[in-house]
Amino acid sequence: MDSEPLKILIADDNDSDRMILQAIVRKQGHEVVTARDGVDAIEKFKTTVPKIVLMDALMPRMDGFEAARLIKQLAGEELVPIIFLTSLTDAESLAKCLDAGGDDFLSKPYNRIILQAKINAFNRMRVMHRTLQSQRDQIAENNDHLLQEQQVAKTVFDNVAHLGCLNAKNIKHLLSPLSVFNGDVLLACQKPSGGMHVFLGDFTGHGLPAAIGAMPIAEIFYGMTNKGFAMTDVLREVNQKLKQILPVGFFCCACMIDMSFARGDVEVWIGGLPEAVLYRADGELIKIQSNHLPLGVLAANRFTTETYKYEMSPGDRFFMWSDGIIEARNVNGEMFGEDRLYQVYDDQKISSKLFSSIKQEVHNFIGEGERDDDLTMVEVEMVSEDEVGMGSGGHLAKSALIGPVNWALCYELRGQTLKDFNPLPLLLHIIMEVPGLRLFSGQVYTILAELTSNALEHGVLRLDSGLKSSPEGFTKYYALRAQRLEQLEKQWVRISIDHLPEGLGGLLSIKVVDSGDGFDYSNFKQAKMNNNRYSGRGIPLLTTLCRHFEYVGTGNTVEAEFAWQPEKQ
Amino acid sequence: MSITTSKSADGSVLTIRIQGRFDFSSHQEFRDSYENNDSVKEYLIDMKDTTYLDSSALGMLLLLRDFAGGDHANVSISNCNSDVKKILTISNFEQLFVIQ
Repeated sequence: MDSEPLKILIADDNDSDRMILQAIVRKQGHEVVTARDGVDAIEKFKTTVPKIVLMDALMPRMDGFEAARLIKQLAGEELVPIIFLTSLTDAESLAKCLDAGGDDFLSKPYNRIILQAKINAFNRMRVMHRTLQSQRDQIAENNDHLLQEQQVAKTVFDNVAHLGCLNAKNIKHLLSPLSVFNGDVLLACQKPSGGMHVFLGDFTGHGLPAAIGAMPIAEIFYGMTNKGFAMTDVLREVNQKLKQILPVGFFCCACMIDMSFARGDVEVWIGGLPEAVLYRADGELIKIQSNHLPLGVLAANRFTTETYKYEMSPGDRFFMWSDGIIEARNVNGEMFGEDRLYQVYDDQKISSKLFSSIKQEVHNFIGEGERDDDLTMVEVEMVSEDEVGMGSGGHLAKSALIGPVNWALCYELRGQTLKDFNPLPLLLHIIMEVPGLRLFSGQVYTILAELTSNALEHGVLRLDSGLKSSPEGFTKYYALRAQRLEQLEKQWVRISIDHLPEGLGGLLSIKVVDSGDGFDYSNFKQAKMNNNRYSGRGIPLLTTLCRHFEYVGTGNTVEAEFAWQPEKQ
Repeated sequence: MSITTSKSADGSVLTIRIQGRFDFSSHQEFRDSYENNDSVKEYLIDMKDTTYLDSSALGMLLLLRDFAGGDHANVSISNCNSDVKKILTISNFEQLFVIQ
């Protein structure tokens, strides 16, 4: 049969009974330990750790019932079957055996076949119990592990998708997570230029899959906003990232605003979320409807970033929310709906209390109803610039403040490198590391491009823009350009760039020197935009963009200064 | 950088789409895009995908304007990004072109 050898404790005060039983059990292949009474049984149990106990009910010093109780106690979670040996036959005494913690009883005289069957049966139970217990322990351990992992993941998640400046005085927000991780994303970050980006996103689904998508959004949002990227750049990047990582059918409905306190306006991009609301201090309510697909749906080349723009006065408020607000259900399964939402705006005359009123109304409406989506809502109020209290970037993440603002470089291009290599992307990349300067990347690029192409074409290659007076001249000009580029040997162009902090912005000085002979620049300041000619627009363009612009020396050196301040483009 | 063109069914409207940076390197390609198109009465320059414009590109736009009849030319520029628009504005090009 299935009986593996077991260690079995036999406790009986009657020597002959004990001997007989020992003989039977041993013959069945088990190892036997014997005890003469209850106290002895406890001792033997402690020292030999038997798997099954056969126990006489009535013994001197300590009877079987007491010994059984103590053995069960000592065994703890382990199942040690105890079978009572008894000559008693009345139901009450037999029941008492089981009440004391015994698992079964065996009447004297012993029937060896029944004894063997019972030992085997209890051994199976013992093994099953042990298996169950180890599985239970495994599950408990796994669960602990999972919770611990989630806790760590949540910490990482919270550090990445942190609240940014959501605690600013002009923001009120509500985030009610449905599980450990939230399917909604709410991010706010002050721009280096003093404005504010606020992003509300709602992923299809919630929990882990949504949280995974939220992490890159937060990374991109905070990273790019801190560096001074425009809202549309941030959105484009987020869309591309989500498109790349999310499986088809997963996407993120979102609304993002760029609020400028200095200009008093707001720019809004909205895709897939319920209409946002601009509520003016005088009671006017403007609904802003989604006009884009959610983020992560369209490929980068089809993604569009048209935005709405509104002027805002102090006290005007901008509201956005996830569909969890409008689709919140009460006990009867009805939805809160837009009508009830807009009713709050009609009823609540004190606009500073709107946010808490909406929150309260939704809460009351849900009542005992089940929450089936995340509820997320945010209000951003237009305030005067001083009231934001962080004009100098005090609330900015450290990483944004630590950027190179005070530096200079010199880059010289020689010979064939002038023909083969375009230094502009590299130089622009270095310049754009200055926090906040990125807003002006278009203008800085134009200045650099015009200065270097003038140095190359007119200085080094000695091309006369007078050639460009006819369509044929244009062609000749560029043919000559290509031809002379091939012959470059010792010629060079040296670009020196210098940036100094100035107030909240800075002063970018660019000096370009070339190996050419220069030119007579005594009249260049009179250069006007003359649109009757095909050339000569570079210099007027430069004088418009630069605070200071002049040729020096023989005319082979040009110096330009671009002064910039945040939000005063 | 690439330039693509398309014509309306009756051949009177030519749309020129400029992708990427519009600078001296596209001079020949740009010129080829509108020359030899006698039936064209109206020109649309679509700058939806134009990332940048330099001063020589401004000259090329003026070449097209003169080719299309100078002051009687019917040339419009559409879908400019803000950097491109700024350069067109500084150069007063809205007096010469319809900028949409």
